[in-house]
Amino acid sequence: MLTIKNLHASIEDKEILKGINLEVNPGEIHAIMGPNGSGKSTLSSVIAGKEEYEVTDGEIHFEGEDISELAAEERAHKGVFLSFQYPVEIPGVSVTNFIKTAINESRKAQGLEDMPAKDMLQKIREKAELLEIDRRFLSRSLNEGFSGGEKKRNEIFQMAMLEPKLAILDETDSGLDIDALRIVANGVNKLRSKDNAVVVITHYQRLLEYIVPDFVHVLHNGKIVKSGTKELALELEAKGYDWLKQEAAV
Amino acid sequence: MELKDKLVSSFMAFENQIDVDTTVHDIRSEAIKVFEEKGFPTKKEEAWKYTSLNSLLKNDFSVFPKEEVALDFKDIKKYFIHDIDSYKIVFIDGVYSSYLSETTHEGMDICLLSAALHKDKYRQVIENYFNKVAKTDDSLTSLNTAFSREGAYIYIPKNKAVDKPVQIIHFATGNEAALMLQPRNLIVVEENAHIQIIERHQSLTENPVLTNSVTEIFADKRAVVDYYKIQNDEQNASLIDNTYISQERESNASVHTFSFGGNITRNNLNFYQKGERIDSILNGVTILGNKQHVDHYTLVHHAEPNCESHQDYKGIFADKATGVFNGKIIVDKKAQKTNAFQQNNNILIDDKASINTKPQLEIFADDVKCSHGCTIGQLDEDALFYLRTRGIPEKEGRALLMYAFANNVLESVKIPEVKSRINKLIAKKLGVNLGFDL
Repeated sequence: MLTIKNLHASIEDKEILKGINLEVNPGEIHAIMGPNGSGKSTLSSVIAGKEEYEVTDGEIHFEGEDISELAAEERAHKGVFLSFQYPVEIPGVSVTNFIKTAINESRKAQGLEDMPAKDMLQKIREKAELLEIDRRFLSRSLNEGFSGGEKKRNEIFQMAMLEPKLAILDETDSGLDIDALRIVANGVNKLRSKDNAVVVITHYQRLLEYIVPDFVHVLHNGKIVKSGTKELALELEAKGYDWLKQEAAV
Repeated sequence: MELKDKLVSSFMAFENQIDVDTTVHDIRSEAIKVFEEKGFPTKKEEAWKYTSLNSLLKNDFSVFPKEEVALDFKDIKKYFIHDIDSYKIVFIDGVYSSYLSETTHEGMDICLLSAALHKDKYRQVIENYFNKVAKTDDSLTSLNTAFSREGAYIYIPKNKAVDKPVQIIHFATGNEAALMLQPRNLIVVEENAHIQIIERHQSLTENPVLTNSVTEIFADKRAVVDYYKIQNDEQNASLIDNTYISQERESNASVHTFSFGGNITRNNLNFYQKGERIDSILNGVTILGNKQHVDHYTLVHHAEPNCESHQDYKGIFADKATGVFNGKIIVDKKAQKTNAFQQNNNILIDDKASINTKPQLEIFADDVKCSHGCTIGQLDEDALFYLRTRGIPEKEGRALLMYAFANNVLESVKIPEVKSRINKLIAKKLGVNLGFDL
């Protein structure tokens, strides 16, 4: 589904990603871990199409197509979703209206009519229930005055509504208490299928107790320095990142 | 002939058309002298530093329209807020259009200034209020006063809550190659009376139009005045709006100014507080493109203790559009416990767009809360990226962010149909259809 080959990316002439290779197949959950400044968030932004980053070398293929030149919205229309560490507040636009606009813009791009209001409403209700979201929450302005937990839950709600093929969850666990973490992780797990894939980006192992990865990759200094299974995450938790840094230096 | 000379020499012709044997005419005669002495303002004056009228004054404006023009309601319906019941005072090329209007004299007067100036039963109100808050040393206001004869006349007696909004609309048909209009509105809202007013100036062609409008509003004790100015005119239509509001104690007056179009627009908006516990609200959303220019020049004069004023102006400027915000707040020594807030936030979309923003605070009392802030920035690219990752294209994403930027002003619009119209105008201005009313 997602194939990244020798990806190099820079911002303002500073190279952040220095040759990433990654293969994500349908049905898989990958975790990307790493210390602060290792390039985790840059990787997610580059996959999602943030223009500030320049891809200087390498390729990003999504379902066989090179998407590295596509606009962020075009990638979204193809089924790439990024859950933000810091979601943006949009005063005056309700959660419901926002998600309606997002869904109908994607449909428009695919040559489809707007989703009938009745279907939209039913889908909203269903997904809100899945994430234990109160109906009043849906009429509030997007992310405005939301707590950290509400923001993250709202991100996963949007993911549930948009039904992406590839979801990248960037530091979804940061700022969450244990209850919120459980709800968010439950939501992600319920949305899993053999046809979609999830990339979880996190600093800590905690989230991976709830969203269990098939593969764990460690990012350091713009490169994946180690890959393994979920046991690698536990090892990192126990030992920290320093031993990897030393290993990489050697 | 220069426009100034033309106007001054037209005054005699004007006097032949009207009743000169009145106190109002004495006021007019004084006013033309002030205009003759001062002329049109130039950029040399501090108050007009960023707005030049020179390009406008080159036009050979007709000062009096030659013939009446009829308009079909169906052709101009879109300029009304037509999905609500309302009183209407409609003018075509400066002439009152009775068939497009809906006036009343039942328990209040919502009608014409020309009628009020002529009839005995209005004399007392005219003597008490006409030209009593308008600045008599201001050249453009004086010019309007000199030629004042037509406009809206609204008198709401004590304790009367007007049952529906009043729409005041001025159309310019383009029947004249270039037309100058000088509407004069007098609005008196007595104690504890309530009114909502929507005002619009609309040219229907590309012929140049210059409107120099003066509106005087008197809000007596506990009166509530809620006023909306919708400025979305044609590219060759310019407007100088001079609005003067006099407020007595515990009254509440708010003016929303939505500036989306036109050539040069200057809004001189003046609030004078004359009692305690008054609230004055000045809100604006400005969205401009091309070479459009809007200058908001506001004044709030706090003269008595325990009053408030709230100003919130949002501006979005694209292409070569230029904006000005000059917000003057005067707090007299006597006006202790004043709360005066002023906010002016701007977004520049293109490199050639510009905004000059200037708070001007003159505070003579020592126990007051006055805050002001102005910002000039660009749209938040991170926020835009967020929207795009949700599949919302760049253009629509930018529009959503602009809505969000202007939202708290839009939220304060009290007439839902006006709010929805403003939202539609904004969507149209931004060239998007978001598929829902915000």
